[in-house]
Amino acid sequence: MPLAAQAGEDAAKRCEAVSYEPKTPLSPASVITATGLARNFGRTRAVRGVSFDVAEGEVFGFLGPNGAGKTTTISMLCTLLAPSAGEATVAGYDIIGRRKDVRRSIGLVFQDPTLDEYLSAIQNLRFHAYAYGMPKRIRDERIHELMTLMELWDRRNSAVHDFSGGMKRRLEIARGLLHHPRILFLDEPTLGLDPQTRHRIWEYVLDLQQRETLTIFLTTHYMDEAENCDRIAIIDEGELVALDRPEVLKDSLGGDVVALRVEDGKAAIAELLARHGITAGLEGDVVSFNVPQAEEFVPELIRGFSSKVLSVTIKRPTLDDVFLSLTGRSIRDESPDPNQQLRRFVSTPGMRAQTR
Amino acid sequence: MRDSLRGIWVIAYRELLRFVRERSRLASALGMPIIFLIVFSEGLKRQIGGLAMGVDFVQFMYPGIIAMSVFINAVFSGLSVVWDREIGFLKEVLVSPLTRSGVVLGKAIGASVIGLIQTLVMLALAPAFDVSLSLVIVLELIPIVIVLSLAMAGFGLLIGSRMRSQQGFQVLVQMVVFPLTFLAGVFFPVNDVPRWMEIVSKLNPLTYGVDAIRRICLAGEVPGGALASNHPIIGVTVFGHTTTTIEDVAVVGLLGVVLLVGAIVSFNRQV
Repeated sequence: MPLAAQAGEDAAKRCEAVSYEPKTPLSPASVITATGLARNFGRTRAVRGVSFDVAEGEVFGFLGPNGAGKTTTISMLCTLLAPSAGEATVAGYDIIGRRKDVRRSIGLVFQDPTLDEYLSAIQNLRFHAYAYGMPKRIRDERIHELMTLMELWDRRNSAVHDFSGGMKRRLEIARGLLHHPRILFLDEPTLGLDPQTRHRIWEYVLDLQQRETLTIFLTTHYMDEAENCDRIAIIDEGELVALDRPEVLKDSLGGDVVALRVEDGKAAIAELLARHGITAGLEGDVVSFNVPQAEEFVPELIRGFSSKVLSVTIKRPTLDDVFLSLTGRSIRDESPDPNQQLRRFVSTPGMRAQTR
Repeated sequence: MRDSLRGIWVIAYRELLRFVRERSRLASALGMPIIFLIVFSEGLKRQIGGLAMGVDFVQFMYPGIIAMSVFINAVFSGLSVVWDREIGFLKEVLVSPLTRSGVVLGKAIGASVIGLIQTLVMLALAPAFDVSLSLVIVLELIPIVIVLSLAMAGFGLLIGSRMRSQQGFQVLVQMVVFPLTFLAGVFFPVNDVPRWMEIVSKLNPLTYGVDAIRRICLAGEVPGGALASNHPIIGVTVFGHTTTTIEDVAVVGLLGVVLLVGAIVSFNRQV
């Protein structure tokens, strides 16, 4: 079966491309544990008792729409917000009883900028180093190392308010890592950045993650970012609805979606049911069905198929499909990027007709 | 403890860095008091001449304006907290291992140093206002300016720890701090005003701060020294007792301790 074998290999290659394989083996020790963590704001139950563990060296993502409780959870883990119920440890320290030890062990990049724009880039980093009590020799070396890595060294003396959004974010990531934290928290690290900059930021983050054997805990509502995670917790309305590796989550939907354009739809459906036990749907001349490992299945299917197949489309389910099947809603209902929204608005045919 | 001490100097260092880097702030902190001094002295010196026992209006007002500038500068340290909250920088501070008490004291000490710089600039202008200074006077003024600054910074920080917007803070300053400053005997002697104003002024803790600075500043102008004598326009007389400089400073100092502790408690509350 040379063809099927090759398809399998291709599938494996593709898997590698989408999922980020941790380069350091996950140690069994948990670096974050949360048990029944909850937070109310008045009557609003922002986080309703979430429990999870994060292993050392893992890239762990919190995925969910705006207002799902992602930032509230991160704020509790970072000791900026006291939980209403439940408990958690970060780097082995209780987030309520050992706040200062937790703060020392973590680096944080917030959703909104937290730089002092009137100071220069290097002054912002020095302030951080002083605040964390770094010895002078280590401090200067580390500032140089991280600024070089983030390609900000040439601009070190510029005031931060002259920086672009991407540069500010890179500076914040450098600052978050300055004091050698064990865990880096990234709250929507690429919010409001253009796709190219977002991609660059991710390259930096994953590169650093390998260099420093960091554990990364991030929140996002971008699907493609979630794909970079070793494991994803999907959160909706303050509750975890799923937690697993991205591949496993997607496979849980019953595999890939295969769409065959055929000459005789009815015959194809009958044949699929008779020979493979697959119930397929028909729309026009397109027959569609779900099957695990479609790349391996389709060549095999077509070799023995008596109906004539005109074209084949295989679609991997996305994390959005996972979210949709778990909650009945799409994360993409709310566009994260205002520019994208504007573009969509402008490119609507009706809109164009109006502007003409 | 080490985190507290480090917090104090790191935060104070940043306050000073900001003070130096922001030209508008530097200009207003140093320019405003000088404008006040020049406008009021030039505008009023022909209308109001000598007051009593060798002190004329300009000499009387000069230390008052120094005290006023110190107060207002210190209160605005609270605004820097609100500002930090607005730009997000406060989060960077709050998530660091620095203690909350260190942050509060650092802001207050930063404000005190800026207040001292202001004072020294104004003292350099003393000859223009016919006030003769000596090294002793300047050295005595320094600790008093620091105590006043710390106390008023405590007030500003207590408010700042609760305020979300700069406008809200500005409104509060205009409604509370300015009236209190004007009723603190900056421009007129509190012992010689209508009864209601006298009562309000003597309940106002700022009055004692102004008096302390004035007593020391004018020590060279009043025969026998204003510090000891029962001068008609200098000193605050409460129930027949005229306060001494030490008592003046004690009033402000005690208030300052209460306000600073309040500010630290308030900061700790927000985790």
